[in-house]
Amino acid sequence: MSKAVSALSGAKFAGFATVTETGLRGMITVRGDLASKEMAAAVKSATGAGVPDQRKVSVGDKGKVAWMSPDELLVVVEYATVLDTVATLTTALAGSHALVANVSDARAVFEISGEGSRDALAKLAPVDLSKSAFAPDEIRRTRIAQVPAAFWQTGDSCFEVICFRSVAQYVFDVLRLSVTNGGEVHHLV
Amino acid sequence: MLTLQCPYCGVWAEETELHAEGEAHLKRFGPGSSDDEFESYLFMRENPKGVHFERWRHSNGCGKFFHAARSTTTLEVFGTYSAQTLEPPQDIKDKISAKYPNWSWRDFS
Repeated sequence: MSKAVSALSGAKFAGFATVTETGLRGMITVRGDLASKEMAAAVKSATGAGVPDQRKVSVGDKGKVAWMSPDELLVVVEYATVLDTVATLTTALAGSHALVANVSDARAVFEISGEGSRDALAKLAPVDLSKSAFAPDEIRRTRIAQVPAAFWQTGDSCFEVICFRSVAQYVFDVLRLSVTNGGEVHHLV
Repeated sequence: MLTLQCPYCGVWAEETELHAEGEAHLKRFGPGSSDDEFESYLFMRENPKGVHFERWRHSNGCGKFFHAARSTTTLEVFGTYSAQTLEPPQDIKDKISAKYPNWSWRDFS
């Protein structure tokens, strides 16, 4: 089997915040009835986390689970364990009407860290990113400039952005432009 | 700028996160229908000055279709609701009636 590489091989840019392509990440799309016992058990055994509430991310010992829509979850795990996790989920959901798909290689992940990360992201997405509006355990599916993306917080001033791998270079470029020194907004607190 | 609340994910999404998908509450006429019914299903659309019902899709978000009731003249939004319905919910109709007592739109009023 050929060696898997991430979209931009860890590209990095430091301005008033730092943008890093984080490398390979295991991501699994799970669709089905989120309220069912089977779904709760499957997600629990795969990640250790519970089924998240609307627009929330729940974190377990083996990975995290993000709410994508009323019938869809995104399970995020280490890239090395993604096939095992898919197997666990598929087995646990075998009896119900559900879908488990490994989408790891269709995605790219970026980290924006530093004091100005909130500002940098707010310039690109139509989302209120002030601390009072955007909760630390929230996921927001939206757009970054012209392409669909989603992001959540991993720390006080640290965000992770996921997008399609085919637009990874575009997203890196707009993020790089957004964090370039001189572009600080100092609006969000 | 139009801001609608997606009834599926609860996000207050502005226009660029959404995609307009035409008129709401269309009844499909397929094989076996008359030419007139098929023509009206395919081509005949409301173009009101005032209360209108539209279908939107939260395309840069949860991806779901939903319905919105709004005024085309004032851009006032009366509400958004699930697309799994054949007519607007009563509370939205009441809200419209409070503002425009004699409104009507296709078979609704």
